[in-house]
Amino acid sequence: MSRLQSMLINPVLNKEIKLRFRSFKNFLGIFLFLAICGAVCLAFIYIETQFSHDGFTASDSRNLFILLSMGQLGLIVFITPGLTAGAISGEREKQTLNIMLTTQQSSTSIILSKLFSSILFLILMLVASLPLYSIVFLYGGVSPQTVFVMFGFLLLTMLTIGSIGIMFSTIMKRTIISTITTYGFMLFLLVGTLIIFLIVLRLILGFSQGTPGTGQSNNILPYFVLMLNPAVSMFSSLQSNMFMYEFQQLGINWPLWVGYTIAYIVISLFSLLIAINKLRPNMKAKSKKMKKG
Amino acid sequence: MIEIQNLTKRYGSFTALDNLNLSIDKGTVFGFVGPNGAGKSTTFSILATLLRPSEGTAYISGYDVTKDPKQVRKSIGYVPDFFGVYDQFKVHEYLDFYGTSYGIPSAERKVIIPQLLELVNLTEKIDAYVDLLSRGMKQRLCLARALIHDPEILILDEPASGLDPRARVEMRGILRELKNMDKTIIISSHILPELSELCDELGVIEHGQLIAHGNVNQIENQLQAQKVLLVTVKDNVEQAISFFENDENVLEVDHDGEDNQLLQLSYQGTEDEQVTLLKQAIEHGLPILTLSQKQTNLEDIFMEITKGGE
Repeated sequence: MSRLQSMLINPVLNKEIKLRFRSFKNFLGIFLFLAICGAVCLAFIYIETQFSHDGFTASDSRNLFILLSMGQLGLIVFITPGLTAGAISGEREKQTLNIMLTTQQSSTSIILSKLFSSILFLILMLVASLPLYSIVFLYGGVSPQTVFVMFGFLLLTMLTIGSIGIMFSTIMKRTIISTITTYGFMLFLLVGTLIIFLIVLRLILGFSQGTPGTGQSNNILPYFVLMLNPAVSMFSSLQSNMFMYEFQQLGINWPLWVGYTIAYIVISLFSLLIAINKLRPNMKAKSKKMKKG
Repeated sequence: MIEIQNLTKRYGSFTALDNLNLSIDKGTVFGFVGPNGAGKSTTFSILATLLRPSEGTAYISGYDVTKDPKQVRKSIGYVPDFFGVYDQFKVHEYLDFYGTSYGIPSAERKVIIPQLLELVNLTEKIDAYVDLLSRGMKQRLCLARALIHDPEILILDEPASGLDPRARVEMRGILRELKNMDKTIIISSHILPELSELCDELGVIEHGQLIAHGNVNQIENQLQAQKVLLVTVKDNVEQAISFFENDENVLEVDHDGEDNQLLQLSYQGTEDEQVTLLKQAIEHGLPILTLSQKQTNLEDIFMEITKGGE
């Protein structure tokens, strides 16, 4: 019980939340985010009701849901690196890291607290935006399960991008470099993977012309590349037929979100492990090296 | 209590710390003196488990810093030379955060924090925001923070740097109190006099090597290979100069101007040899008015031995 308690009220987590929520700019951030989301929803409904002959239908409502979800994903992809890429390097720059590292806290606890405190802020943003989804429910077209799946998807994306940000923040000395690297990595996941996918797909399908049908060209590379793309994976989980035809041609019947879930859990764990290992100097490693030399 | 063995730290071809060996007993206040870049902070960082040594190791309370850093962290309170604070914390929250970081239960923290603030004379500032404190106050707060888990050993890297004279005096008072509490303290400074009166032992480090170690008098003797004797003669200055130059322990005789009756002898003999020299001089018929030893302070010696160090 006391262990659980100490995990829940971890000092760094506690500190981060206290410091973060004391600053006015965070409240302003949430306010602006909700204002923009609300304006988009209202504009969408206005356009649909004014310029469409059949009014606001369940299918329009579903489209609004997809629009909102993609908006939330965009928010996560662009805000999470900013919140996490300075988590450790920022402490280093403020000259508070060394003191923190000489305390009794384990590296795991420091890294995880940093991750969760950044993510908690984003979760607050998502939860604050929940009432906007009630507009969608008002018109139907989306099941509560879909909303839960979408939230799970966003949470996983957040965790993974956050872990990557924290990893770069730990291994790189300066926040600015770690932030640029994390955003660069995000750009690769969002755009780079899509470009590579399209090129590889064109090459593979080009070579295997004349042997159409499923199971003929068992090349899983395009799937592996595309499953890393959060936007495509999310869109395909909401509109399940996206790229399904291409994948079937390649002999893959797994929906993209399965690969995405597995890949992102692995990336997240891997990033966190690196961050935990690199936070403090490994006092032992050098002596092994020394013996060799 | 602290045992440093063959500690070496290299950065590429640069050796910041060169085979340092040192032993510090419990309850000792040890002053680590040396010019900037001599290796003081490097040593402290290794002791604080923040830096991996290239070779050698150090034991703190019997725990090896390279093998048991977790236990070492329990035994030390570390104040780095440069440190930051969390701006939006109040003084008591700042200490409370570090208290929880050491796993001190809430009830205990409530008792310890006011006590620590009293020790460092910050009781009135308990509700002040940390970033509004002066540099001296921040330094004292950081000291209180380092004491929160009641460590046996305090590692203080340049705790008085950047402080005005009044703040320095206050800091010295607190350190004296900690000494009375039987803490083992290693404290570094590039200003020797700051430390000499406070410390039981001093270590002088230069280019990563310990060049002198002991109490203040021993350091003076170790560093001061020769003393300067001042001799005033009534007349016969030339005769006196040639007499002293003939003594094998006199390395040099300084004499400025013809009318000047004062001779400065760089002397390397023992006290007994010094007595004999004076006796012989009088027997030789030199009209000696006074003979005294030039007072050199520790700072002069320090400046002398570390002059190429900066």
